[in-house]
Amino acid sequence: MLNEGRATRPAADTAPVEEETLTGNRALQLEEPLLFEMGERDRSGVDLPEPPKVKSRLGGLERRGAIGLPGLSEPQVIRHYTRLSQKNYAIDAGFYPLGSCTMKHNPRLNEKMARLPGFSDIHPLQPESTVQGALELIDTLAHWLKVLTGMPAVAMSPGAGAHGELCGMMAIRAALEDRKDPRKRVLVPSSAHGTNPATAAAIGYTVDDIPEREDGRVDLSALEKKLGPDVAAIMLTNPNTCGVFEHDIVEIAKRVHEVGAFFYCDGANFNALVGRVRPGDLGIDAMHINLHKTFSTPHGGGGPGSGPVVLSEALAPFAPYPWVVTDGDTRRLIEHDRSARPFGRMKGFHGQMGMFVRALAYMMSHGGDGLRQVSGDAVLNANYIMARLKDVMSAPFPGPCMHEALFDDSFLKGTGVTTLDFAKALIDEGFHPMTMYFPLVVHGAMLIEPTETESKESLDQFIEVMRALVARAKTGDKAFFQQAPRFSPRRRLDETRAARKPVLRWRPPALPAAAE
Amino acid sequence: MRYLPLTDDDRRAMLGAIGAGSVDELFRDVPSDKLQSAPLDLPPFSGELQVERRLAKMAARNMPAGAGPSFLGAGAYRHHVPAAVDHLIQRGEFLTSYTPYQPEITQGTLQYLFEFQTQVALATGMEVANASMYDGATSCAEAVMMANRTTRRHRAVISGGLHPHYREVTETLARFIGFDLDCAGPDVKGEEDLAARVDDRTSCVVVQYPDVFGNVRDWTALAQACHAKGALLVVVVTEFVALGALKSPGEMGADIVAAEGQSIGNALNFGGPYVGLFATREKLIRQMPGRVCGETVDADGKRGFVLTLSTREQHIRREKATSNICTNSGLCALAFTIHMSLLGEQGFTRMAALNHAAAVQLADRLDAVDGAEVLNATFFNEFTVRLRKPAAEVVEALAGKGILGGVPALRLYPDRPEMANLLLVAATETNTPEDMDAFATALREIL
Amino acid sequence: MADIYYTEDHEWISVEDGVGTVGITDYAQSQLGDVVYVELPDVGKELAQKDEAAVVESVKAASDVYAPVSGEVVEVNEALADTPGTVNESASSDGWFYKIKLSEPSELEDLMDEAAYQAFIEGLG
Repeated sequence: MLNEGRATRPAADTAPVEEETLTGNRALQLEEPLLFEMGERDRSGVDLPEPPKVKSRLGGLERRGAIGLPGLSEPQVIRHYTRLSQKNYAIDAGFYPLGSCTMKHNPRLNEKMARLPGFSDIHPLQPESTVQGALELIDTLAHWLKVLTGMPAVAMSPGAGAHGELCGMMAIRAALEDRKDPRKRVLVPSSAHGTNPATAAAIGYTVDDIPEREDGRVDLSALEKKLGPDVAAIMLTNPNTCGVFEHDIVEIAKRVHEVGAFFYCDGANFNALVGRVRPGDLGIDAMHINLHKTFSTPHGGGGPGSGPVVLSEALAPFAPYPWVVTDGDTRRLIEHDRSARPFGRMKGFHGQMGMFVRALAYMMSHGGDGLRQVSGDAVLNANYIMARLKDVMSAPFPGPCMHEALFDDSFLKGTGVTTLDFAKALIDEGFHPMTMYFPLVVHGAMLIEPTETESKESLDQFIEVMRALVARAKTGDKAFFQQAPRFSPRRRLDETRAARKPVLRWRPPALPAAAE
Repeated sequence: MRYLPLTDDDRRAMLGAIGAGSVDELFRDVPSDKLQSAPLDLPPFSGELQVERRLAKMAARNMPAGAGPSFLGAGAYRHHVPAAVDHLIQRGEFLTSYTPYQPEITQGTLQYLFEFQTQVALATGMEVANASMYDGATSCAEAVMMANRTTRRHRAVISGGLHPHYREVTETLARFIGFDLDCAGPDVKGEEDLAARVDDRTSCVVVQYPDVFGNVRDWTALAQACHAKGALLVVVVTEFVALGALKSPGEMGADIVAAEGQSIGNALNFGGPYVGLFATREKLIRQMPGRVCGETVDADGKRGFVLTLSTREQHIRREKATSNICTNSGLCALAFTIHMSLLGEQGFTRMAALNHAAAVQLADRLDAVDGAEVLNATFFNEFTVRLRKPAAEVVEALAGKGILGGVPALRLYPDRPEMANLLLVAATETNTPEDMDAFATALREIL
Repeated sequence: MADIYYTEDHEWISVEDGVGTVGITDYAQSQLGDVVYVELPDVGKELAQKDEAAVVESVKAASDVYAPVSGEVVEVNEALADTPGTVNESASSDGWFYKIKLSEPSELEDLMDEAAYQAFIEGLG
């Protein structure tokens, strides 16, 4: 478990910033109450006709009593959510140096295509003859994913990256059970994203650590000692979470296969390789792809994502329902097939179709040559940042890096400024903080992934700000960092209180007792 | 390439700063025989116009549900979404924002999640809700796992009225996570006696409300039977609009509600992305899966919101997490919240009334068709029709006439030939009397 | 007069009359950050030495608390449900987690005394 915590509430001596206005508003930054504090029962933002009188067939189970929902007119709703949106940072507005997240530009063409009625207004259970275009789209995206990864099969239904990991690991377990060779252990590096061990443990495996070398990569000889006939799989990320390519990967795959185990690859960092390296050539058996990372589907403030999983020949028969097959001129959706050995179904219906359309629009826009340029520029941008910051910050692993640059907090030693404080100061300068405290193998980690959609001007500005903040930290001005951020819509929030006394919804205020 | 800002001059300058001669040098850790020397065998880059043409052609090969009379349900429902919803969710600050891990600059996302959680709790009649799941089916499976954790038992009873996809997803997890399911056979009439299956090894009973065949049943007695044996009641709702007309699952004694929110704010999208809802009792919150947003204050004492109770999640517990879930369905939850805000109490209850009225009117028309019989005594906006001919061929014939006339039961129950003549039919506020007449007339002709 | 022993997992156990009171050390609470929740064992539970006995959660971290010795849980600190912060404020006294009736007192010989524990945490750097 992750057992090192950090400060989770503001310092007691936090000083207030500026004078308050009457409303608490600051020009375009407007304080906005909750819906429930604004609405009145009698209003509505929709005009629905009077329902015709019919004989109820609800079996006497009509709702009695109000639900308690507030009513607002359309102008009020638009204003409410517009004001809320103004409190949000977004990639449209600025750079996200977020390692491991691949926050690249979200093309608007994707949104337009996803909204074509032929894609958005089709029901998942329409007769197949009426949705041939949808099946063609899923099949076409599947084809692109297979070519880009060099893998023969792909399961399209998982709804997110972690869901894809679950899919891949379930396929592996199903394959082993089919061989009557159930195994017990899964090997995962301690630098791995938490979903990796969580997934393996969830489906019954014991998670064992893969040791790392000084340079951040898997220690091949130590790994060999851990491999044995009771190992079901290893789960690796490549490039790894320290931002470097596992150059022993082909050897690793070989040894894993020699003991009859499978190689699961976490595809979160595929942006470093897309169009240039096919993970299938490296010997993997399964890899999930985060369409919302490498293939630009929007993060939406926390989903929806999509996590299709490419599979090797050995695992393909175990892919979950449903899948698309071509039958002459027609395509069919296979939802039940007793002759196959799928391990079951992973979610309702067929997968995140809305995200498929967006990802395919992105892929078609780039083409094979464009995608190659994506990984090239992504890796170039990250190395540029590394080169321009490593003299003032501390990089635990010598370059070159791939698509992300990793620093630790040794450069802050003796300043009294933590990684957290440093990151919060970035907010006031107009940047989202970089990924902090991940991977766990490095102390006070700062992981920076610029992606290929940042211009050099944007990177140069970021680098300048970072260098200035480093210089300030090194003067020991820790109060400046501990008080940050000052100018954001909210300053540091008391997360301790939120966890000790969880308040997860609005409740109507208690009515005063009626006077006698 | 329009999405790639670097120019050749930029690249040269950057390589200079790095001290590398070419971008290829930066890939020197990759074994050279695994590095592609040329672009892969895929079409080359295309401008917007070309991409639009190709995708529009694919889209044109589909028959949108709005093109003609459409009566499909079975877990996904076509409702009217006000224009304001789609405009608001396309604001870049919502669409292109990251997960709110830096709450100081994501109060927009966090506040709407708090409002969403409140709306879900209110409509389901439960005490708390989370910030959404992938979809209703995965929400249902997670509810069973939560019941197992809470009761420390490993056996769930599954109603024969639960949507087969939801059962299948739960079966997948049961197989791999290691718990048992006692699944009742399809319960077309809504008559099964589940209480008889509950004993002191049961962690929960999972029922659907209304069920997949459309039946509406009072689960209060079953809740009591479960609680008497120390088991939980999980109520699944696949058509959220039903909660605008029906007694809430919370009032019946449900311990967990796992629902699909697609009906509110979200298009059909051929099955995804959708938005799973998850609601429960306050005392069980630390067993609840998924992300959750909570209220707090900032350094200046101002009210604010943060993601909270994170220690249940994978990035901290790692191999001891309550589930491996990493995300919610943020933008779909936002669409839901905005639509619910526009509806309000009046709009939501009226929308539900319109749905029920439409279904009653349709049921009366179909029942009057010779060779068609509506089986349900009770329903909300979906019911089961027994036809004189196999439903699948009737549906194909209807499609040929431009009518999407329901989902053949066999599509969900391929191993049950005795259900071949059953058709699941839904009606919503988007169906007009003309639609219904067209359906009835076409059905008459086909039968 | 109670004897206090320490484990390498940063638990302390204060033993008097065959019953040990178990908590986490001040060092451990400072590593974790503000404690927000404690999951305590059931009274009556039988624990073997090194079994997982409890979980302590802060906002950003969680840690297993093990059994320093074998025995039966006879009491738990219910006050921690309302005020988990006591673990931070008073880790070595009011922030105790549970009391265990020792079944194998010789196991105490495996543990460190105060001086050894201080040296141990200094060595952690």
